Amino acid sequence: MMEIAIHIAFILVSAALALNAWRLLKGPSTPDRILALDTLYINTIALLVLFGIHINSMVYFEAALLIALMGFVGTIAMCKYLLRGDIIE
Amino acid sequence: MNIALEILLSVLIITGALFTFIGSLGLARLRDFYTRLHGPTKGTTLGVGCLLIASSIFFSTQGDGFSIHEILITFFLFITAPISAHLLAKSALHLKVDSLVPLPDEAIARKNSQHKPYQSLD
Amino acid sequence: MQRLLPHPLLTIILAIIWLLLNNSIAPGQITLGLLLGWAIPFFALQFWPTKLKVHKPLTLLKFSYILLYDIIEANFIVALRILGKPEKLRPAFIVVPIDLNSDFAMSILANTSCLTPGSLSALLAPDRKSILMHAMDVEDVDVFIHTIKTRYEQPLKEIFEE
Repeated sequence: MMEIAIHIAFILVSAALALNAWRLLKGPSTPDRILALDTLYINTIALLVLFGIHINSMVYFEAALLIALMGFVGTIAMCKYLLRGDIIE
Repeated sequence: MNIALEILLSVLIITGALFTFIGSLGLARLRDFYTRLHGPTKGTTLGVGCLLIASSIFFSTQGDGFSIHEILITFFLFITAPISAHLLAKSALHLKVDSLVPLPDEAIARKNSQHKPYQSLD
Repeated sequence: MQRLLPHPLLTIILAIIWLLLNNSIAPGQITLGLLLGWAIPFFALQFWPTKLKVHKPLTLLKFSYILLYDIIEANFIVALRILGKPEKLRPAFIVVPIDLNSDFAMSILANTSCLTPGSLSALLAPDRKSILMHAMDVEDVDVFIHTIKTRYEQPLKEIFEE
């Protein structure tokens, strides 16, 4: 039963990724694109965790942690750039 | 694996994936940037949190001891999601991104975007 | 004491994070975690300009419980609004006056308001007397402000300020 649940979850998360990608391409404003990218990172974490459960291996945890960290830093850096026109003052 | 555990895990996985999907649906479907911001910050964060807890329970019951390091990512996401949302809203106001409702008093936005050496909410 | 152990709480939190990262509670890892937790605050001291004091730990527990409940409730509310008709939403920018003094309490308030039903903090006024929030679907502005003030600001004021 869990296998079926995981497959349904794969479909849902992939659809979510597709919606994010659509918003990333469509825009219309820069903050919209940054938000889409941020959501894309978080959904990728979901996908990695699901894949980890699926193949019963913990090696993907580190990748998920790194994506979480770098995604946050990237979002903050881009917002800072929009706010100040500069990242490191 | 017994059946009760399997049902619990399936429910957690489906709930998590559903919330993740709904958060992204909000991102694609709502009509202005500021309302779009609500979907990902709330829905997606809880959805991924559910999935991570499911993963934690799953690996803890596989027989090689406890696995609670997924909690780390969950906490991290719950702490960082509001900060990203706050900064995104701030930069959108700074750029005067269109909204369905009139943007708030410009004076607040302009004063606040001036450079300050130390500001706690930045 | 102050000089040898600058930030005891941070030490414990860092040790716990170290153990979680390694996913083990072996004695060696605990020692290493405590050592790191003792050493790192010396380099991070300048990020903590003011000392943090928790006055009422019980209120803090109750506040965390309320928050957890609200996060889950908020998700269902937001999910329903997303699945409903987007035209029916009534978004609004609302200026919420706050009378908190400490930076920490203010940032906690701004962060918690992001995770709770339909609100999002957007700007802190330069004089630190109000936060501009965006609400997704608001019926009555006064009720919204009242909820934020009584449900989140009051306990925070009790916990971090006297």
